[in-house]
Amino acid sequence: MIKKKVNTIQEALKGVQDGMTFMLGGFGLCGIPENAIAELVKLEVKDITCISNNAGVDNFGLGLLLQKHQIKKMISSYVGENDEFERQMLSGELEVELTPQGTLAEKCRAAQSGFPAFYTPAGYGTEVAEGKETREFNGKMYVLEEAYKADFSFVKAWKGDEAGNLIFKGTARNFNPAMCGAAKITVAEVEKLVPAGTLDPNEIHVPGIFVKRIFQGKDYEKRIEQRTVRKK
Amino acid sequence: MLDKNGIAKRIAKEVQDGYYVNLGIGIPTLVANFVQEDINVEFQSENGVLGMGPFPFEGEEDADIINAGKQTITTMPGASFFDSVTSFGMIRGQHVDLTILGAMEVSETGDIANWKIPGKMVKGMGGAMDLVASAENIIVAMMHTNRAGAPKLLKKCSLPLTGVACVKKIVTNLAVLEVVKEGFKLLERAPGISVDEIIKATEGNLIIDGEIPEMVL
Repeated sequence: MIKKKVNTIQEALKGVQDGMTFMLGGFGLCGIPENAIAELVKLEVKDITCISNNAGVDNFGLGLLLQKHQIKKMISSYVGENDEFERQMLSGELEVELTPQGTLAEKCRAAQSGFPAFYTPAGYGTEVAEGKETREFNGKMYVLEEAYKADFSFVKAWKGDEAGNLIFKGTARNFNPAMCGAAKITVAEVEKLVPAGTLDPNEIHVPGIFVKRIFQGKDYEKRIEQRTVRKK
Repeated sequence: MLDKNGIAKRIAKEVQDGYYVNLGIGIPTLVANFVQEDINVEFQSENGVLGMGPFPFEGEEDADIINAGKQTITTMPGASFFDSVTSFGMIRGQHVDLTILGAMEVSETGDIANWKIPGKMVKGMGGAMDLVASAENIIVAMMHTNRAGAPKLLKKCSLPLTGVACVKKIVTNLAVLEVVKEGFKLLERAPGISVDEIIKATEGNLIIDGEIPEMVL
């Protein structure tokens, strides 16, 4: 067994520097690497580029990094729930690259899986395709999209073992699996870190080979953005 | 004239037995409330769930189980969770039978704009561009005119596009229309709405072929 476990968050984020590009898992606030984000705030790392489907809310998730003006550029598909984000974007303080959600996921997966680029129909004929190569296949037009290049991936799983194997829960899986192994260093934080051999190999969602460092996360807030319920 | 629930109710009649359906945010979400109970349908939410159920009972919300609108949800028997790549594989690979989404503008050639108002509102396209570029069967749920009364069914979209030549059917508060080669073909009128009212509220080429029936809800 190749050990991926690190004991401290400092060790997990070792090598993080100003100006780097990070991938961060999560959809809205669901499945975000809360511990890694908190540590990035603490480290005061600046001028970073974040690849993440959303930008958190004003006072949680990536919103915490935005408040401190640590993010230079944001690559996302939807950024609607964050006033500070909108302010920084409209004032030009923050560079923003909006990418269709499926394309964003695939650009991560391409990086993980050794594809330099791929064709997708998403965005053809829109401003997303401007300046990009397009090509017809079987009578339909496609846009060439390139794989992301990132320094660190920060992902969050429900359970993981010392070998870096990951299991996700519910819709907290989202972008996390595609980001594993898609950056030079993948750091996974988990709610439950167990000894190798404890997880059933049949139930692993992400094999440990895609994870460089894994650590036991703590104090998960798991904030709900839209609490919708029905009466009993 | 239909309200939002009326539009959703009319669209629900388009949902057929055995369909996998992706519902967008807003009016489309309401469609789930009106689907016939005797047919089998599974709702896909692009953040990674197939077989979405109703909202949870109070106290049973789970932060790890949400829909694409970030609302807490439940799952139905037979449901599955998956990652974003798989989710958009379902969409791009045309495994989802019906996509229902909202729009700010639709053109007579089936172009759709729903993600950006330059200088005013830039929330992002989310999964809309992937959905409209891939789906074979797209129904748009929208108001026929904007708050100022100006048409939203246009010759050409004025806002940045989400997709080109992709919308097949539109259900508004006034009418059901099909996008054909020549423009918007009027299929049905909303209860109490005349053909003249629809003509006045539409900018794009409107095709009126014979008697236009009133919607049956």
